[in-house]
Amino acid sequence: MGKWTRRGFITAGAIGTGALVIGVAIRPGHRAPGMAKYVANEGESLINAWVKIDSDNKVTAIIPHSEMGQGAQTALTQMLADELDANWDDVSFIEAPAEDAYANYAMGKGYILGDAEIPKLLVGSVDGVFLQITKAMHLQVTGGSASVRTTGVYGMRVAGAAAREMLIDSAAEVWGVEASELSTANGKIIHAGTGKEEPYSTFITQAAQKTPSSTPVLKTPDQFTIMGKDKQRLDIPSKVDGSAQFGIDVSVEGMKIATIKAAPVFGAQLATVDASRAKGMPGVIEIVELEDAVAVVANGYWQAKQALAQIAVTWTETSRDGANSELLFQQFLTDMDNAKASGDSKTDLTLGDASQAIANADRVIERSYRVPYLAHACMEPMNAVARVADGKCDIWIGTQNPLGFKHQVADALEMESADVTISNQFLGGGFGRRNMPDTAIQAAKISQKTGLPIKLIWSREEDIQHDFYRPAVASNFIAALDESGKPTAWENQFVDKHEPTEAPHILYEIDNQDIHFADSPTHIPFGAWRSVDHSQHGFFTESFVDELAYEAKQDPYQFRRDLLTNKPRHQKVLDLVAEKANWGKPLAPGQGRGISLQDSFGTIVAEVVDVTVTAGKISVDKVTVAVDAGFAVSPDGVKAQMESGVIYGLTAALYGEVSIENGRVKQSNFNDYPMVRMNDAPAIETHIINSHESWGGAGEPGTPGTAPALANAIFSATGIRIRELPISKYEFDLAGGDSSNQLGS
Amino acid sequence: MIHLTVNGVQQTVDAAPDTPLLWVLRENLSLTGTKFGCGISQCGACTVLNNGEPIRSCVMPISLFEGANITTIEGLADDSGLHPIQQAWIEEQVPQCGYCQSGQIMSAVALLNDNPQPSDQDIDKAMSGNICRCGMYDRIKRGIKRVANNTPVQMFDPNSGQEVQNG
Repeated sequence: MGKWTRRGFITAGAIGTGALVIGVAIRPGHRAPGMAKYVANEGESLINAWVKIDSDNKVTAIIPHSEMGQGAQTALTQMLADELDANWDDVSFIEAPAEDAYANYAMGKGYILGDAEIPKLLVGSVDGVFLQITKAMHLQVTGGSASVRTTGVYGMRVAGAAAREMLIDSAAEVWGVEASELSTANGKIIHAGTGKEEPYSTFITQAAQKTPSSTPVLKTPDQFTIMGKDKQRLDIPSKVDGSAQFGIDVSVEGMKIATIKAAPVFGAQLATVDASRAKGMPGVIEIVELEDAVAVVANGYWQAKQALAQIAVTWTETSRDGANSELLFQQFLTDMDNAKASGDSKTDLTLGDASQAIANADRVIERSYRVPYLAHACMEPMNAVARVADGKCDIWIGTQNPLGFKHQVADALEMESADVTISNQFLGGGFGRRNMPDTAIQAAKISQKTGLPIKLIWSREEDIQHDFYRPAVASNFIAALDESGKPTAWENQFVDKHEPTEAPHILYEIDNQDIHFADSPTHIPFGAWRSVDHSQHGFFTESFVDELAYEAKQDPYQFRRDLLTNKPRHQKVLDLVAEKANWGKPLAPGQGRGISLQDSFGTIVAEVVDVTVTAGKISVDKVTVAVDAGFAVSPDGVKAQMESGVIYGLTAALYGEVSIENGRVKQSNFNDYPMVRMNDAPAIETHIINSHESWGGAGEPGTPGTAPALANAIFSATGIRIRELPISKYEFDLAGGDSSNQLGS
Repeated sequence: MIHLTVNGVQQTVDAAPDTPLLWVLRENLSLTGTKFGCGISQCGACTVLNNGEPIRSCVMPISLFEGANITTIEGLADDSGLHPIQQAWIEEQVPQCGYCQSGQIMSAVALLNDNPQPSDQDIDKAMSGNICRCGMYDRIKRGIKRVANNTPVQMFDPNSGQEVQNG
């Protein structure tokens, strides 16, 4: 497609200066026909990039986000449909194709500005500069719990409202009445004076000639008819009858199946390959060597897997062949100590004078915590279908970042991006893992080398051992308490800082703070893991605050509350969870209750975990959640995300550990990387506050508070303080992802 | 050649005898609703019914299935519509990513066929072989209970001496 120039962008007429947030008007035959072909069929007018109304009055939302279970595609569709006053039964969505014109501007701006919350005044003045930066970043990402709070708020709602205004203006012209005399409901324009009403589709041709307003009037919450209501997710019916097509289900003509084994030590390369036994095995077509991996191409997965096991491979030696988890943690602690001693520890946040306050304190509390590497373990093992032929590359894959993959695959194959097409599929879990293009690139290279369309399927073992892991992190704290037990200083040093930048920062009002970190790189690849840096810092900071409350001989809920005097919104969330969880109700022997408070991705979440510890056996009985995401567009969707986030966090807290031995990952499958199963899943109860403050995300904020609330509950029950995850390292009796009822084994 | 019935259709399959049933279903018969998750019978994503009994198809060689009667997720609905469990999964909005749900649904169907009124412990026992990484265990349990509560229970009426349906 042609270059999208600034002039073209303006003359496309989508918007004025604030227009990037609405998206762009594309019409058949207009200035961006390359994009229109994807979404406009005969008889349809594309009103703008996020909404399409066809001649049958069917409304299609065009969603620039992937569906990996978070329900964002339905929630975003609700936002658009509500502002448009569409008839929900006539609304559906399609996922935007991976084209530059669909780059996720709203999220890009959120990232560029350092936070997804853009001050209202700024939105109107954000100009093409941001657009160009965002385009350069090739963002069509699903992550950062950003779909609703960025694309939804700055894109979908505005687009729906703008489209509605264009339709009203068109109807006013056709009927010869004032626009102010017209109203809309259920996909119709109504003229109360004459009782005349017509579906939107009557006016789409006229509306498509109009320039959308850059400042359409949005509804107030009392006017919402679709937002804030529970709508059944549009993707669920296909997920109960087996018809949903995930990446692993794709089939293209002439396709062969490949499976792969990459160098077990990250950074090693293939040294020697003896495939003599594999070559003659049934169904085997070709053995393919990549720089750091060997793959078998066969007629079926089982044949490929059997043959791969018969290939004798040696790998190059690396300086990391002796690395193991304990040495890596020693490295972290040494680097932290050295950085602190030399004054090279990098400042993250300072307030007042923490060292002075600590030196003068009545009491000083020091604690250290650590968390291990974690794999994502999406239920759908990594896979990709690739067809490289005639100078083009077609990829079918479930990805959180289709547009990024387009450019990354192009770079890896030394092709033009325009020659790479990504067809996104349902994701069988994402959690950050499916931001990474490694599998797509492998499949493309195997297809390029063999000249065959290839479906590459990783074994579960490959999936666990070649992830981009949640980093292992160590974190040290020193706090000062005054005579009354009030904290006067907070010093925290940890290893390595990634995203989001505020993850290590605390909510609590402590006058003197010094938060700093040391770099300590390792050879273990890392990536975004559900809630990213909040996953570790949530555990560290909320565990340490709990320890301070104990040392101050105060109730952990009240202790937190007293340090939030300027944060009434946070206090409300904390109060609600305490009330709903019966905080303060006496506990029977063996019972424990723990609390946590987190503010991540624009959403405040408080959790109370109830445990029973009997003869060393931990039962996680119940998790009570209070959440303020500003406004819950889909209340049941927010609840589902809290439930999901809690279980994800609980698996990590109880069992999650990827350990390193001889430079490689020791764990390999669900037998040694266990998951919470139904037999140790708690009841989860979620309570929603609609504060109508700025809207936050839902996919990630439920995760980081679970581990500390659980650890604090175990302390409450047993007096044993958990300072290192997972809890399975301690001498408790855990179900351990028990699969003793497994069939067929 | 192996002969078996899948979702009521007789099939003749040409596959090596050690090929797991899972891959025969997915690759030979193009029934991709049954999922690959772990390959070692740990996650339950590949669960199908063999003569009504749940099995993990990823570890069961096709040679065991001569003459067998297999039901997969694609075979649950009939002309009258979705299976009650599938309907309950929609009503409770169970799936998130949905990848494990074919296996969850097949395990739940097998449970209710065997035990129409399962206790919480029965449900835990029957369903703990199925991992849901999106953590929808509460909703899965609710879905099963929704169907169980709607299932008529045969009861003995002491007055009439007849069996009656209750519920």
